[in-house]
Amino acid sequence: MTMFHTSEASSSSAPREGGMDLRKTALNLGRAPGLLPLATFLAILIVWEVSCRVLAIPPFVLPSPSRIVGGFEAISATRWLEHVWATLQVALAGYFVSIAVALPLAIMLTRSETVSRALYPILVVIQSTPVVAVAPIIIVALGSGDAPRVVITFLITFFPLVVSTTTGMLATPPELIELSRSLRAPAIREITQIRLPFAIPYIFSALKISVTLAVIGAVVSEFVAADKGIGYYIQFSTSMFQVQQAWAGLVVLVAMSLVLFQAVSAVQRIFFAWSLPPERS
Amino acid sequence: MTAQAAISFSNVGQVFRTATGSLEALRGVDMTLHRHEFVAVLGPSGCGKSTLLRLASGLLSPTSGTVEVFGLPVREPRDDIGIVFQKPTLLPWANIEDNVVFPARHKTGRVSKDDHLQAQAILARVGLAGFEKRLPSELSGGMQQRVGIARALFMNPDILLMDEPFSALDALTRDEMGFELLRLWEAQPKTVMFITHSISEAVLLADRVLVMSERPGRVIENLRIDLPRPRGFETANNKVMHDYVSHLRGLLLKRAA
Repeated sequence: MTMFHTSEASSSSAPREGGMDLRKTALNLGRAPGLLPLATFLAILIVWEVSCRVLAIPPFVLPSPSRIVGGFEAISATRWLEHVWATLQVALAGYFVSIAVALPLAIMLTRSETVSRALYPILVVIQSTPVVAVAPIIIVALGSGDAPRVVITFLITFFPLVVSTTTGMLATPPELIELSRSLRAPAIREITQIRLPFAIPYIFSALKISVTLAVIGAVVSEFVAADKGIGYYIQFSTSMFQVQQAWAGLVVLVAMSLVLFQAVSAVQRIFFAWSLPPERS
Repeated sequence: MTAQAAISFSNVGQVFRTATGSLEALRGVDMTLHRHEFVAVLGPSGCGKSTLLRLASGLLSPTSGTVEVFGLPVREPRDDIGIVFQKPTLLPWANIEDNVVFPARHKTGRVSKDDHLQAQAILARVGLAGFEKRLPSELSGGMQQRVGIARALFMNPDILLMDEPFSALDALTRDEMGFELLRLWEAQPKTVMFITHSISEAVLLADRVLVMSERPGRVIENLRIDLPRPRGFETANNKVMHDYVSHLRGLLLKRAA
């Protein structure tokens, strides 16, 4: 996809007469890392703030950015950190349980056609079950500790991991599998030295998707039953009609997802640089 | 010729079971490759050339007939056979040297210092000295295939099976690689089974060209190539070479018509 995009862009930029300068400026702006999205973001904020003031939109419908900033001051920084920590704990616990279950499961699905045929439909059924609907049931079944929240997060994150890892392991070049067989190597090394490393780009795609899903899972579980966490705080604030506080919570959640996503990207960049697509030129 | 037979097929047939029925890839194949002989197997695509290679390597068992390597029936892959695939299929995360020692790491689970020294020596022989620590993605297609050859040579096999190894390269690189392969082969003679669909490549490199029919494949011509060695770019201008090429082309075209 990326490749197509790049080649299209470069081929279309060759013959052009009018609007050259404007395009050039836009291109240069695009080259400076982060400058273009930052400018877009600032523009949206300004339009938002001005609209709220000029159109006198009631704060409970849409609080202006300045009001949302004010919403942060409703509780102390320590309280914020407590909520963030509660949500982060559940999200990360669910995420790591998910990885610990998904990788061995993917290896089993890859190794055996029978296991794959037996388990795959069940996995699809689990994935097709709306987690939001199951969450209250799980909370009732597992009580009020962190366990049900971790389970909910696990349920929402593990499917992309299993599917991507399996796909990656099956996409290994058949010649390398033949090489492995021609060396009469033990089957476990075919997994550890060929298939799993080859699945790394697929695994990281899923890890990036799943880490943001983990935040969603944690928040959903906090909506259903919790006495701390950002999800709990958002629900509490809206029930008190403090919409700007709920928005502040939302901003924190977005920041949390972004940081987690970047953290996973950084792990890939530092330890598995080879698995990244070639940089666009 | 009383040379020892390295690979011999007698009356080999191969039928693949597929979802839509069965596919007869080979029928009654008889051929012998002598020790240290360079044999090219030439044929149209889909004639079962690659199947021959997989049978010789022990990755596949024939449906009928027997395949023998050094006088023994092939029942499983052997240690004295190296394979070079159509694509280099290197490990993208491992540097060039680690790719070459990979057979040792994969087979035994560990790699010795000697293994690394040997890999460096082989890389120097295939013209890749100085590239040991590079990643495959930093190398051109031709260089990557040299690594593929180095990996196949690493276990010091008596037999080298090559499945259209240069078909993905541009014409010039392809000729260069062919001559380099001959140089390696002349320095350390091995039995080479070279699968190709290029007539000129087959004639340019091989002692003998075996021509396969379309599916179900069998050997329809066994042509000895009497061109002087060492061969090089000047061989391509040899009048005799053209005779061989046109003879083989006529044979393949007649069957295709």
